[in-house]
Amino acid sequence: MKKLFSILAIFSLLVIALLPGCTTASGSDPLKPQERLQIATTTSLYDTGLWGYLEPMFEEKYDVEVDVLYAGTGIAIEYGKRGDVDVITVHSKSRELAYVEEGYGVERVPFAYNYFLIVGPESDPAGIKDMTPEDAFKKLLESGAGTFVSRGDDSGTHSKEKAIWAGAGYEYTDVQGAGDWYVEGGKGMGPTLLMASEMEGYTLTDMGTFLSYKGDIDLVPIVDEGSILLNVYSVIAGNPETNSGISAEMAQNMVDFLVSDEIQELIGEYGVEVYGMQLFTPCTGNEPTS
Amino acid sequence: MVKAVGLIVTFDPEVMQVSGRSLAIAATSCSITALICLPLGSLIHFSSFRGKRLLINIVQTLYSIPTVAVGLFVFVLFSRAGPLGGLDIMFTPTVMVIGQIFLVTPVMLGLTISALQGVDKSISETALSLGASRIQAAVLTLKHARYAVLTSVIMGFGRAVSEVGLALMVGGNIKGFTRTLTTAISLESSKGDIELSLALGMILILIALVINLSLNRLQQR
Repeated sequence: MKKLFSILAIFSLLVIALLPGCTTASGSDPLKPQERLQIATTTSLYDTGLWGYLEPMFEEKYDVEVDVLYAGTGIAIEYGKRGDVDVITVHSKSRELAYVEEGYGVERVPFAYNYFLIVGPESDPAGIKDMTPEDAFKKLLESGAGTFVSRGDDSGTHSKEKAIWAGAGYEYTDVQGAGDWYVEGGKGMGPTLLMASEMEGYTLTDMGTFLSYKGDIDLVPIVDEGSILLNVYSVIAGNPETNSGISAEMAQNMVDFLVSDEIQELIGEYGVEVYGMQLFTPCTGNEPTS
Repeated sequence: MVKAVGLIVTFDPEVMQVSGRSLAIAATSCSITALICLPLGSLIHFSSFRGKRLLINIVQTLYSIPTVAVGLFVFVLFSRAGPLGGLDIMFTPTVMVIGQIFLVTPVMLGLTISALQGVDKSISETALSLGASRIQAAVLTLKHARYAVLTSVIMGFGRAVSEVGLALMVGGNIKGFTRTLTTAISLESSKGDIELSLALGMILILIALVINLSLNRLQQR
């Protein structure tokens, strides 16, 4: 028994000692505590691989470890309010404005945009191809002829979906209860696309994630025209006056980084070679309205 | 399936990192929990006090508390907006270890107490009558119960290394920092990478097997 005890004690001490070791970036000064910047991001920026692409660049430039949390606008905003993350990158204008207004964020800074589109099976069972988004939703609900997979997770995409339902004249609670054809997945954008493909149903997606998943799914664009489909991504640094633990300076560095000319250009070029078109259009100081 | 085995055999760096992390976090939390629960379990077993029965019942009820519920509790506790937020450990391996200690304590504590209850009372009574101190008598009883106590440690480790809910909630599944085997399986399978998920799943089982075998050998000596 004594032996087991001492083994356990030594073991736990060893592991505790080693754990911090696996968190420092290689090559950095081991005596200096590693600075970390925590970012909660909407899933579409992650599933497209954009964050995976930008993260190492920022880490190198500012000698900091970036922790990207795969969240969803709703959770990202919650983490931001609690001060558990330093920066959020989301895409829900009304909520972003409220977030800054309420003092949680320093400033709403749009940095890229693309468009949403409704995708679905090539067979288009509900016959909604090339309709306006609002009319398409109307037909989906009235006919119940096609499955629709909703994000169902209070994300930016989900907010847009709800806005389209509202535009078509429906109360969202009525939509949720409309029938088994309406599926609330509760997943990120990539996983939702996979689910919709699996179920041969429709879903609302942003162009970026759709392009990066195209090879893995059997869905095609069904409705892609409509001013309501504009999708603007913004970055918001946390306000240190509301949450004192926030790394305010590094957070501001991230904002500056995303809107810098060099990175804006890279964002615009991201994916073009692989997918033949932009996944994101840079838009600093130039937020589109339609 | 072939790709899955390939990832393991070629020591794919991300797979190795994630495996090492799962192992380190679970091992740390279980070691600390064992250091707490073996003495505490003995103390509870050998004392008599009002509410002892109730305490043991509560501990046993907590065996199957959903990991995501513990995760939520730990999140609220250590979030920067929460009471222990000043420690600034949310989304780090440290808070994952602490969370797993909460998770595993009921299991190890309850099973240690059960293990001690299984030892004939005459052992400790005889020792005491021969002049042993209370601590010596307790250690003697633990020795007699060592197989069952070891089982409690193994069960605790099993619970820790295989849980997802807590790791996801308080760790944040950050690539290169708090991603573990279980949270990686959760993410990769939801993104459709079944091969990678299978590889990770196989490693998880392998780890559990290895730990079990080594702890058993220790006990047999």
